Amino acid sequence: MSLTQPVVSDHQLARLLQIGIVLEEVVEARAGKHAAETDDAADADLARLLEDASAESAQHRRQLEELLADLDADTVPFEEIQTLVEAQYEADEDFDGVLYDQLCNEETAYKFYDDLIESIEASETSFSVDRTRLLETLRLIREEEAEGVEDVTELMEARL
Amino acid sequence: MNTQAQYLKAIYLTQQQADGPASTGDVANLLDVSPASANEMIGKLEDRGLLDHEKYKGVDLTDEGIEQARDALQNYCIIERFLIEVLEVEDFRTEAKTLEGVIDETVAERLDTIIDRAPQCPDCFNAEDDVCGLIDVEAEVSSD
Repeated sequence: MSLTQPVVSDHQLARLLQIGIVLEEVVEARAGKHAAETDDAADADLARLLEDASAESAQHRRQLEELLADLDADTVPFEEIQTLVEAQYEADEDFDGVLYDQLCNEETAYKFYDDLIESIEASETSFSVDRTRLLETLRLIREEEAEGVEDVTELMEARL
Repeated sequence: MNTQAQYLKAIYLTQQQADGPASTGDVANLLDVSPASANEMIGKLEDRGLLDHEKYKGVDLTDEGIEQARDALQNYCIIERFLIEVLEVEDFRTEAKTLEGVIDETVAERLDTIIDRAPQCPDCFNAEDDVCGLIDVEAEVSSD
C-alpha cells in the first residue's frame, strides 16, 4: 500500500484486525513447525529464534483479539489457520530457507501494521474501540515486528 | 494496492470484456468514479508509459501496463479467495473492493500461503461475475 486510504468503519477495522490475527497465526504455525523440525542441539540459536517468534505471534494475536472484542467481531480460531498452513506447507530444505521464511513473516507483519496505523491515523471515523488504546497497541506490535526483522537479519549475517 | 493499480486492473478487465480498447466511461463505471476523475488518472498513467489513450477510440494498456494490471488482479483474487475460503464472507465482492486499497502485495503474498489458488491465476478470473471462474461461490460461502 503506497497511498494511505483511511479506515472508514468499525466493520472495515474489524476485518483488518482479523487479517492481522490470521497473519500472526500463520507466523505462529509456520515458526512453530520450523522450530519442531530444528535440532535444538545442532542449532540452538535458530531453534530459540523460532520458538520466540512463535510465542510472540501468539501474544500479538491475543492483543488483537482484545481489540476485536470491543468491535463486537469474532476472531479466527488458531486451529483453523494451523490446519490451512499444514495443508499448504512445504518443509524448507535448509536453514537459509527457514530464516528467509521467518524474515518474510516479520517484514510482512511490520508492513501490515505500519500501513494499518497510517490508515487509522488518516481516518476521521469514530470507532467503538478506544482510538488511543488501538493505536498504542498497534504501535507496540509494530515495534516488536521491527525488532524481529533485526533479530533474523543478525542471525542471517552471522552465517555469511 | 494503490489507486494506480486499481485503475490498471479496471482497464485490463474492461479491455478483456470489450476485446479491444476500453472506453473511459466504462472504466469510470467499473471504479464508480466520475468520468473527469477517470480521465485525469488515465492521463497520468499515459505519462508513465502504462497505457496509450486515443480520443474517441479508448484506452489500450502497454506491455508494462498489462504486467502491472495482472499483478493487481492476482492480488485482488487472493483477497477474494481469502475472504471466501478463510473468513467465509458472503458479501466478499464488496469487501474485497474496500480492502484492495489497504492490503499491500507483500501481505497478499502471505495470505496466499493458506488459500487454494490455481497456477493459471489470474487468467481464470471471470470479469462479469467479478470472481475467479474456478470458485463454486455458493458451495464455499454456505458450507458452514
